[in-house]
Amino acid sequence: MEITDEILIDLYKRMVRVRLFEEEAGRLAESARLPGFLHLYVGEEAVASGVCAALENQDQITSTHRGHGHLLAKGGDFNRMMAELMGKSTGYCKGKGGSMHICDLDLAMLGANGIVGAGVPISVGAAYANKLKKNGLISVAFFGDGATNIGAFHEAANMAAALSLPMLFVCENNEYAEYSPRNKTMAITDVIERAAAYGFPGAIVDGMDCVAVFEATSLAIEKIRKGEGPMMLECKTYRFYDHVGVKGTASNYRTDEEVEEMRKRDPLLVHETRLIDSEVMDAESIQAIKDEVQKEVDMSVEFAENSPSPELEDMLVDVYTTGESS
Amino acid sequence: MSPDNIFEGAGEVSSNGGNSSERKLGYGAAVVETMAQIMREDESVFVAGEDVGAHGGVFGYFRGLQPEFGEDRVVDTPIAEQAIIGLGIGSAVQGLRPVVDLMFMDFICVAMDQIVNQAAKLKYMFGGGAKLPLTITTAGGAGLSAAAQHSQSLEAMLCHVPGLKVVMPSDAYEVKGLLTSCVREDNPTVFIINKRKLGDTCHVPEELFEIPLGEGHVVREGNDVTVVAIGRMVDEAKGAAEKLSNEGIDCELINPRTVQPLDIDLIVESVSKTGHLVIVHEAVRFGGIGAEIAAQVQEQAFDYLDAPVGRVAAPFSPIPFSPALEKQYIPDAERIVAGIKNLF
Repeated sequence: MEITDEILIDLYKRMVRVRLFEEEAGRLAESARLPGFLHLYVGEEAVASGVCAALENQDQITSTHRGHGHLLAKGGDFNRMMAELMGKSTGYCKGKGGSMHICDLDLAMLGANGIVGAGVPISVGAAYANKLKKNGLISVAFFGDGATNIGAFHEAANMAAALSLPMLFVCENNEYAEYSPRNKTMAITDVIERAAAYGFPGAIVDGMDCVAVFEATSLAIEKIRKGEGPMMLECKTYRFYDHVGVKGTASNYRTDEEVEEMRKRDPLLVHETRLIDSEVMDAESIQAIKDEVQKEVDMSVEFAENSPSPELEDMLVDVYTTGESS
Repeated sequence: MSPDNIFEGAGEVSSNGGNSSERKLGYGAAVVETMAQIMREDESVFVAGEDVGAHGGVFGYFRGLQPEFGEDRVVDTPIAEQAIIGLGIGSAVQGLRPVVDLMFMDFICVAMDQIVNQAAKLKYMFGGGAKLPLTITTAGGAGLSAAAQHSQSLEAMLCHVPGLKVVMPSDAYEVKGLLTSCVREDNPTVFIINKRKLGDTCHVPEELFEIPLGEGHVVREGNDVTVVAIGRMVDEAKGAAEKLSNEGIDCELINPRTVQPLDIDLIVESVSKTGHLVIVHEAVRFGGIGAEIAAQVQEQAFDYLDAPVGRVAAPFSPIPFSPALEKQYIPDAERIVAGIKNLF
């Protein structure tokens, strides 16, 4: 398929939006201006950006505890996200969900999830709705390598295959299940082997290259939309910061050298080099995008900090849907 | 006795000369009839679960649906309880009205994350944006020598989770009215079908009707003691009330119908009149719904109570297999009588 300049620039913008938002969130967390846990997506931007750029607006995604990147790559709003991270009433979840439950149903983003692997069965349900409604949409489940060790993933993979659902499984293999390396938590090297076990095809993709992810996703969803059943992509990627927060518990689960080595493959750098080498953009216009996005990020911090906290009476609101059913 | 035998025949509609007011229907058959009628009027409703399609469910309460509505709307799933609930959640968020079946109530434990951490909380965590018109049907209750993993009454665990509604029909009439409400409800509900009741018949209107969730029912009026009985225990409590009326104790019998939300006002009002309260359920006594009812009644009607609140419930052990033991395990009319007399 042809990758136009427009697509290349779009991919870059998506990644920059994720990167700069996340870096800002990291700084805020380090200065104790964000409550709760923060799982940053920095390093993995090529995956969410490559996948989401290939989707239709109403294709559903389910996400993970590391979910900011998925929503931003799908078009999420900085202000509502930052406000949610600060627990403000103007946030995506009115301040009652926080980082791990960020969602935007209008963008068909069915929620980040605090339980590893739990979004995958929900994605099966969305895919089933698509099948029943014959609406031509697909649902995409993002999950990590660690999630492929939990039962929910296996139940969902088998059910999606058995019911031949329009669903794309996207494994973000960052090589660590929280603080435990892949080779200590599974006896296989490539997670993609698990797709074969359930009878659907898949491919390993360079998850540090947004174009590779975009191309693989486009190919996969074309087949899925034709009714060929689920598929899986294993995107080999890497998280630059810790499982939670920015840097360093005293833990030595991985070396600084390893992180530095992987940072040489920073998905933004990889793509910037491509953009410049192919003369799609020059350094100046790249910087202009970054400046513009950073300005938006800064404004979102201001928006969030100036937003009110939820009122006490909001505590018991939305536990149930009330009123006449539709 | 196998579950199929329990259901066999007794679930058929018995016609009484076309007189709708006398029409009787079985408890299990009421599930089938209700689902069929709802599915005819609402295309967004579908059923999914283990063996619900071709086999009609292991208890037969989905029998005949797949031939009428097809495999896409009556879906045989793998044995995968987490994915079954996930199937319901994801499709409900997308605007369908799934009815997903967990076969035996004990199996909710296999799917607890999807029920408790996902279905119950999504709306709240998402800031109210999501609707979850999801019904989970499941067969609870003991009495078939199905032993400790196929007989439990775990409603108290579910009641403890904000976001869920927990519904326990005691007869075929309530099956129809409550199931209709559950499927039309925009919140996740757990509809607990008592497997010993499947063949019992009673009057059930032909047309769909709703019994509001959260409204209890006074089964029998009385002045001396309020008896709150849950699910199948309503039958046993009726028997106990009859016996006691011969001995001069006049029972007011309340069937909450749903345990979450719980119609505590109805119970408090009754206790204010009778001054005595006994709660009856099949679940174990410790931490059962009876404990919650007792606590709320002492908070709201302490001055009216003439005696401590009594509870008749199962002992604190897994459910034994042997019929000799199981019979002793489940509360019956005799034990309810004893429990009530204790108060006087």
